[in-house]
Amino acid sequence: MNKVHVTTTVNGDETEFLCEPQDTLLDVLRNNLNLTGTKEGCGSGDCGACSVTVDGRLVCSCLVLAVEAEGKQVGTIEGVSERDHLHVIQEKFLEHAALQCGICTPGLIVSTKALLEENPNPTEEEARFWLAGNLCRCTGYDKIIRAVMDAATTMRGGA
Amino acid sequence: MSEARDFKYVGQRSIRPDGFDKVTGRANYGADLSLPGMIWGKILRSPHAHAKLTKLDTSKAEAHPGVMAVATYKDFPSVSHEAFQAGEGATDLLDLARNILADDKVLYDGHAICAVAARSEAIAEEALALIEVEYELLPPVMDVRDAMKPEAPLLHADMFTQGLAEAPSTPSNIATRMELKKGDIEAGFAEADIIVEREFYTPTVHQGYIEPHACTVRYADEGTSMVWCCTQGHFDVRASTAKLLKMDLSKLKVIASEIGGGFGAKTTVYLEPVALILSRKSGRPVKMVMDRPEVFRGSGPGSATRNWIKVGAKKDGTFTAMQARLCYEAGAFKGSPMGPGCMTVFTPYDIENAYVEGYDVVVNKPKVAAYRAPGAPQAEFAAEMVINDIADKLGMDPIEIRLKNAAKEGTQTLYGPKLRPVGFIECLEAVKNSEQYKTALKDHQGRGVAAGFWFNIGGQSSVSINMNPDGTATLVEGSPDIGGSRASMQLMAAEELQIPAERITPIVADTEMLAYNGTTGGSRTTFATGMAVVEAAQDVIRQFKERAAAVWNITPDQVDYADGAAINTAGEGRLTVAEICAGAERTGGQISGRGNINARGAGPSFAVHLADVEVDPETGRTSVLRYTACQDAGKAIHPSYVEGQYQGGAAQGIGWALNEEYIYNKDGILENPGFLDYRIPLASDLPMIDTIIVEVPNSFHPFGVRGVGETGIVPPLAAVATAVGKAAGITVTELPLNPPRVYKAIQSK
Repeated sequence: MNKVHVTTTVNGDETEFLCEPQDTLLDVLRNNLNLTGTKEGCGSGDCGACSVTVDGRLVCSCLVLAVEAEGKQVGTIEGVSERDHLHVIQEKFLEHAALQCGICTPGLIVSTKALLEENPNPTEEEARFWLAGNLCRCTGYDKIIRAVMDAATTMRGGA
Repeated sequence: MSEARDFKYVGQRSIRPDGFDKVTGRANYGADLSLPGMIWGKILRSPHAHAKLTKLDTSKAEAHPGVMAVATYKDFPSVSHEAFQAGEGATDLLDLARNILADDKVLYDGHAICAVAARSEAIAEEALALIEVEYELLPPVMDVRDAMKPEAPLLHADMFTQGLAEAPSTPSNIATRMELKKGDIEAGFAEADIIVEREFYTPTVHQGYIEPHACTVRYADEGTSMVWCCTQGHFDVRASTAKLLKMDLSKLKVIASEIGGGFGAKTTVYLEPVALILSRKSGRPVKMVMDRPEVFRGSGPGSATRNWIKVGAKKDGTFTAMQARLCYEAGAFKGSPMGPGCMTVFTPYDIENAYVEGYDVVVNKPKVAAYRAPGAPQAEFAAEMVINDIADKLGMDPIEIRLKNAAKEGTQTLYGPKLRPVGFIECLEAVKNSEQYKTALKDHQGRGVAAGFWFNIGGQSSVSINMNPDGTATLVEGSPDIGGSRASMQLMAAEELQIPAERITPIVADTEMLAYNGTTGGSRTTFATGMAVVEAAQDVIRQFKERAAAVWNITPDQVDYADGAAINTAGEGRLTVAEICAGAERTGGQISGRGNINARGAGPSFAVHLADVEVDPETGRTSVLRYTACQDAGKAIHPSYVEGQYQGGAAQGIGWALNEEYIYNKDGILENPGFLDYRIPLASDLPMIDTIIVEVPNSFHPFGVRGVGETGIVPPLAAVATAVGKAAGITVTELPLNPPRVYKAIQSK
């Protein structure tokens, strides 16, 4: 077993880990770095529960090899809020009751943040298609979409 | 319930107390616990739908240097057919054991055969390949209709149909037959001006929670063993696991992690007993997590059904007779929700003459588990489709025909009780007056209305409220919170104690910290656990009065309690909760209240849904344009989470109607065990889902609560299917209405 040494940055912290070449970024985040906020729902890139960003790009961490994180900036749900100060998206998810069981919530929040960084003023349809890679089985998406649209308005400095 | 009561906290849209942890990733779910020295367990699953196990040799796996334990069926202490209560109903111990690890036969693709625990998940998977299994293949039976035939391959040589007039002498795949009747069915049909009869098919569907089954366990030879798992009922995980492994309940602590969806399916055990065996044999903590294909292949889906319905009506729309023959697939072991199917199928209607027979049938698919209003969506789908057809044939509005026959207070149900006040007529009126119902449709668009009924249940709940010296409270409950119920408990405690909700912290305790609590299911939690919360709060208030009386040197009956303070009615004085709690040390010790109940009087909930769809005639693809879900909540404690239940039920029902199904090949192998091919609704598949909360209070609950979680999945199947039928001009008898099926029906018009 030849483990690979990886140096990366996770949520702004320089981080090192040893991993198997076949380990996914999701495996390492959860099992090596104890960042269990990123969830595994399918392991095949279909559910989006493991959404993270790598150098700002939204990815399913179950489809990224951990060794690919070398020298990159990884962003997870644990890095969305600043200390105990929630991000607007997180606040809006709570205000709109946009979660029931909450297992898809970290992925949805990471995905929404990436959406609003790329498109600060999405239409409802654009939001729905962007988030089509994040499965939620509890809510029917209604309150999620309302939270996303409200967060977008607030982040643009609107009402 | 007291007369029109003004609520201060109940009915508020508060921020849920567990919300911060859930939006920051701090909340810990089933797969999130690791322990020092922990190893990983994996399960070897059958690649065949039906076979005898002629050889199972685990020696090579055991010899692998990274493997620390192997478990097979032989590791269970001896078990026999024995019914016991756990989860959402009676469970057969032998069936449970044989489902968790196969004995001498495998009965479905994905059936667990044995388990390996190793130093890493990868080694465990590697070791599974070293296990030698030989199968003698048997023909599988994959459809309820085929399985009921006398010549069908038998799953269980020792199963004889229950519920027949004469005990049968030959075994059968039909586990149980039941019937319900009322009035004179033949006379009812003789009175009818119009009769419609039709058979419907609904496919095997999965609950589709995003969190796979997972647990981390530690077995203790001495002391207490521990199970951490995602479950709807940790007390019932304890009951099932302890029963299987012959342990004392007090020697097994089960901690419910946060749960990432369940919808009824996390009410039984799959991994937990196996993990404990592996932990016992290895001396290590063991983690087991299903992957997504294992969830589809190895955990309980919802029953496929073939349901035949016959309804007679007069020209004015009055139903004269309703008849049903309901055939439910149980999967590999008996116990489909055929019973609730029979009991719910015609309950929305006040009818004189009804006859329902039901069959619970085993087939070579995974043992079904409860799925949101288990059994009701399939049966009521069939009935509602026929009712919509009768309305069309009579030229009546579908809401009018339902209003004409609607169940109401005093209606004698087919399954037993007379209804107390219910909100069905109010729901029908609300949908009739909805904005959506008044809008016009365009070409290729269709509209469907359907009703739904679910009983809701009560059951056992145990709660304690511990007052802290600063006047804040910790509310300790034992009902896993699957959709925001802690927010409801907090609001109900606040209402009763008259202190701000944020001063009350609700937690879900493990099995050592409270007396038994029933599983979160049957839409019981806000109703029954809510009643226990109120009882515990009243116990606290009684003590507040005693303590204040002691301070004022008066009797407790001379103390009033209002707005979070005790008031001296015999003289001057007011003591706030914070003051009473701060002084508790000097007035008799700290204050805690308890509520242990077995709640009766659950209020049934009716719903009416309205679907507008558009069907593309060139592809057969359906788009849901607009949707309204209306349901009687009794009282919405937290309206946002009540709406969320309506919307979530609607979305699952839309998926069931349009897309979702288990696809098996001719050998009985599941071909779509993943979210790519078993496609649940995406954000881009759905419109906003409008909700209407009707509130006809349930007099048995202090705030009027009925359960709200399940009824919402009952109406969408028929609402959507009716809308698709109208938009495409086709007669719908089979789900799902995916593009190929709809396209084919359009082409063959």
